[in-house]
Amino acid sequence: MLNTSDILETINMIREENLDIRTITMGISLLDCVSEDENRLCEKVYDKITKRAERLVSVGCDIEKEYGIPIVNKRVSVTPVSLIGGAISPDGYIKLAKTLERAAQTLGINFIGGFGALVHKGMTEAEKNLISVIPEALNETNLVCSSVNVATTKAGINMDAIALMGKTIKRAAYLTRDRGSIGCAKFVVFANVPEDNPFMAGAFHGVGEPDSVISVGVSGPGVVSSAIARAGDCDLSELADIIKKTAFKITRVGQLVAHEAARRLDTPFGIIDLSLAPTPAIGDSVAHILENMGLTVCGSHGTTAALAMLNDAVKKGGVMASSHVGGLSGAFIPVSEDAGMIAAVEQGALSIEKLEAMTAVCSVGLDMIAVPGDTPEDVICGIIADEISIGVANTKTTAVRIIPAWGKTVGDSVDFGGLLGRAPIMKLNSASCAKFIARGGRIPAPIHSLKN
Amino acid sequence: MKAVITVTGKDTVGIIAKVSTICAEKGANILEITQSVLSEYFAMIMLADINDLKVPFSDFVDELAQIGKNAGLDIHAMHEDIFNTMHHI
Repeated sequence: MLNTSDILETINMIREENLDIRTITMGISLLDCVSEDENRLCEKVYDKITKRAERLVSVGCDIEKEYGIPIVNKRVSVTPVSLIGGAISPDGYIKLAKTLERAAQTLGINFIGGFGALVHKGMTEAEKNLISVIPEALNETNLVCSSVNVATTKAGINMDAIALMGKTIKRAAYLTRDRGSIGCAKFVVFANVPEDNPFMAGAFHGVGEPDSVISVGVSGPGVVSSAIARAGDCDLSELADIIKKTAFKITRVGQLVAHEAARRLDTPFGIIDLSLAPTPAIGDSVAHILENMGLTVCGSHGTTAALAMLNDAVKKGGVMASSHVGGLSGAFIPVSEDAGMIAAVEQGALSIEKLEAMTAVCSVGLDMIAVPGDTPEDVICGIIADEISIGVANTKTTAVRIIPAWGKTVGDSVDFGGLLGRAPIMKLNSASCAKFIARGGRIPAPIHSLKN
Repeated sequence: MKAVITVTGKDTVGIIAKVSTICAEKGANILEITQSVLSEYFAMIMLADINDLKVPFSDFVDELAQIGKNAGLDIHAMHEDIFNTMHHI
């Protein structure tokens, strides 16, 4: 039987502590849309997406209302389009991006992901063609997200691809210069990319997935933060327990929503992504969790340890609450999307080097970081290579979503609005690594990848 | 199927009457009520059977929220499963 304090606790989490379901994402395979005629390909892609996800938004809204829990985003992820565009030209890929945009608008979803490629070991002509038009595609669409996987622990790091990523990011920043270089906020470079991630900009529908699948990303930094604040001066073992219990409750709601969405859409349930995803709203910050744990400011010494503990406790609590856990599953630390991170950067307490260290113990990587617009291409490639190496050496996912904001410099900020938030421009070590990047080739896989 | 209806706000005359009238009109059978008034602040939790609801549940949710808005109260109706899954293993 339900008791009053349980009911009030749940209601308080939703109304006061910003508990929400960040996203219901439907993954859709486009492998059966392949055609050598680009118009026919686009037609088939549009038809498949709009048919499969026809009821996604309405079902999401119904669940939201019935259970009284906000579902912030409804999204679609598709097969990396480089896999279906083997026979089309670079212009054909732009047409395909516009088709994805049109499908997303028809459905009324918030984002569509999968305009990307997996090139961790090498690139086909199709993948080169796709990568060459990513900046144009990001400029000419609003809802299409793009990602490229440039390394895995098994394959090593494709440095030729990383060199192209530097070019891609700089060009996307230039093309979208009138909008704060927002193109770069929709593009992410990965190592060890998961094939079932429901979060943007990195979501795509992996080749090992069924024809369509429902995955859910939960949220809830505010709930964890409040639970820690209520705990007072307990020791860290006790604090880890409190985080685990809170993560369990949050994830149970995610599991309920995922189960209901899968049933109503007659689509298999994929995974719950256990990530603590912040938003720019007050009281929804991962940085504030760390500060409630006892740091004066996020970025101080002690931050990495606090984050490592938080990340581990969230997973331990969440894993029992869900039948299948996957995706990125960990605390996100996107600077522009987290009020506490923004404040820490503006105070000078949080540097890009500290963020890099933090990514070794939590989910994803250098996320939503704005840097001066005149940052040279090779420095961006160096930042990517460093971050990707952390993922490859530690057999974990890492990623870079960096915005060299056109015409901006340290002290300025770029405001994207909505969930993407506001990014203060961060100071960089701009010493050149051009010669290292220009060598190209592949960094071999680490010895511990040889597990057989 | 059951719904949990929560009502919070400043205490005024006839809150329970208002909510239970809507429940009766729409076919929600009230199973349990707990309520407390703490320094003029009113909090009520109702458990209602909604198997014979005459309107879609989402319309019922909207209607209660509207009644609440007119009376300066916060009224939410939510499917009981969200509480069950969160608090019971």
